[in-house]
Amino acid sequence: MNKLLLVIKREYLSRVRKKSFIIMTLLMPFLLTGIFVVPTILAFNNENQSKVAIIDENNFDQLQLQSNRSISFHYLNDIDIKSKISTLLNHYNFILHISKVDSLNAIENNIIIYSKSQVSLSDRTYIENQIENNITVENLLNKGIDPKHIENAQSKISIKTYVVDELGVNTEGNSEASYGIGMISGFLIYIFIFSYGTMVMRSVIEEKSNRIIEIIVSSIKPFQLMLGKIISIALVGLTQFLLWIILGLILLIVANTFISSGDPNAISNENTELFKQLNSSIGNLPLDQLIISFVLYFLGGYLLYGSLFAAIGSASDQDTDSQQFILPITIPLVLSFILVQLVIDQPHSGLAYILSMIPFTSPIIMMARIPFGVPVHEIILSIRLLTLGFIFTTWLAAKIYRVGILMYGKKISYKELWKWINYKE
Amino acid sequence: MKHCLEIKNIRKEYGDKVAIDSISLAVKKGSIFGLLGPNGAGKTSLIRIINQIIGPDKGELFFNGQALNRQHIHKIGYLPEERGLYKNMKVGEQCLYLAQLKGLYKDEAKAKIYYWFKRLDILDWLHKKVEELSKGMAQKVQFISTVIHEPELIILDEPFSGFDPINSKIIKQEILKLKENGATIILSTHRMESVEELCDDIVLIHNGQSVLNGNVMAIKQHYKKDIYEIKYKGDLKNLHGFDVISDKDKIALVKSKKMESSNDLLQQLISQVDILNFNEVLPSINDIFIQTVNHE
Repeated sequence: MNKLLLVIKREYLSRVRKKSFIIMTLLMPFLLTGIFVVPTILAFNNENQSKVAIIDENNFDQLQLQSNRSISFHYLNDIDIKSKISTLLNHYNFILHISKVDSLNAIENNIIIYSKSQVSLSDRTYIENQIENNITVENLLNKGIDPKHIENAQSKISIKTYVVDELGVNTEGNSEASYGIGMISGFLIYIFIFSYGTMVMRSVIEEKSNRIIEIIVSSIKPFQLMLGKIISIALVGLTQFLLWIILGLILLIVANTFISSGDPNAISNENTELFKQLNSSIGNLPLDQLIISFVLYFLGGYLLYGSLFAAIGSASDQDTDSQQFILPITIPLVLSFILVQLVIDQPHSGLAYILSMIPFTSPIIMMARIPFGVPVHEIILSIRLLTLGFIFTTWLAAKIYRVGILMYGKKISYKELWKWINYKE
Repeated sequence: MKHCLEIKNIRKEYGDKVAIDSISLAVKKGSIFGLLGPNGAGKTSLIRIINQIIGPDKGELFFNGQALNRQHIHKIGYLPEERGLYKNMKVGEQCLYLAQLKGLYKDEAKAKIYYWFKRLDILDWLHKKVEELSKGMAQKVQFISTVIHEPELIILDEPFSGFDPINSKIIKQEILKLKENGATIILSTHRMESVEELCDDIVLIHNGQSVLNGNVMAIKQHYKKDIYEIKYKGDLKNLHGFDVISDKDKIALVKSKKMESSNDLLQQLISQVDILNFNEVLPSINDIFIQTVNHE
């Protein structure tokens, strides 16, 4: 059997058989769903509605605050706030106190919220908006203007977007969905490259600190070992990705049958509508292109960073040793993750284009851009550059690796690394 | 073919540091060859060059008369000084992996693993994980991995470290048995008593150069100082042509002044005392090692 295959087989099986791999593979879709869904659920949750007691010493009729999902208003009249404040705070989250003023317009500096814990920004903004609206209406009425006129004069615009591809076919675009998917793809590929890259590094360090490395390299070339390791971990990543796609499809099918069965208890009408909308907008995204690109950019980005992580691993004895070399490698990775936000705002800007061509940033940036529609030739060029990039880093890493794995108990500097690169075979 | 391994004018530098200046040596087929030298002398570099882990800057190596190449890797077994195993792998799987890396087919390797584990009476370890093994147990597994593919050349770097005296003895016997079966063994160690016990030839490396090279007995003869040890009864008086270096508990060490023969000494002794024991004192490899290295 080919020795490279032997290495790949051992490295692959030893990882896929691990309990932690199986558990993570099963849990990750739920965790990820959690990351994106839980905040939404929390936002729609009525149970955490804040109860607000309003004590208005002026008893303004014009002050009619509207309760909503997260906040409910209760008017209390003729209560002496000073004596009752602690009792009231046992029943209400906040007390909104308006002291005696001459006119409604004068209340702006005479409103105080009392509470046991700090009022959330959203609650405070909501209350402020409500009061401001009330005052605006009152002022309009005083000038003899019916607020309904103003309301009728305002309009709400929702622009539909169509994306025209090279064949002239229009698909209804959905900027929100592109935005979301761009964010998620960028995030996912970042996590993928980072976690599998560091896996390579840990594996190299493990072999070195186990002292098995010298036995292995007396049988195969260091480059074969490094390559075998990198390839096997890529296969582990692809296995995980494939399992997630399968799991995701199953979840989607289950969710779909759940909704189309129309059980009103299961999911509210509003949510069904939202889900249908989400479904159709995801359907309009270039899903096949997304998945193929994801695999290609994961492989390219992982090979690029993974080989560098292997080099770092070879130059360090313990985990702590590697910190100084990890930083310069993670900077472009973290930077591109941060720039995702910028790129999805302006996916077709010059900066976005350049960043999606540079091999060190292209995997994350391009993945964030693809949901907005990127011409195929741009993707091909970017993949080509990425390929050149990882060939270069693998070549460089191999030079460091072959020397590093046999070095023990020596503090390695950049100068030392440079020497290794220049050593003869 | 007389020599299993021939090394000619090897040189190796790391940047501006010279690890091996110039070393030439030849290892006879079927012999045990001691590779000696103080720490940092260049032994590990030399061993790594033989194993093709690193390449020499200059010089040539021949394996059974052929220029050393990647094909020879399967014919060499190497037990490094810094050795370990994959902690979370089972012992049997691990040996199988290492044997396959040395070119054995799976079935072949399995049969050999069974043979060796049975032979060293450790069959019940096969399904244990390496992390459950003690240091000595792991050493045995490593030894098996080194010889499992029946290499023609076996390189053992400090093979006895980590072994208790009983296991050391077992491994020594195995080494001698491998030699009997025709294998050539290079033994690198700081334990001079094992060198005396096992090695046919030695080379002493110091500062990247070979400073002493040859047959163990010949070297001892060369370094001997005509000293004799006598166990006797009676009173020892002056000996003509000999200095008494020490005389304690009726055991005397006597050195000849000008190459006087042992017979000359015996004749004088017979007239003075009852001789219970008489032998020539040869320097130990340990002494020769220290003397040579300090002298250099």
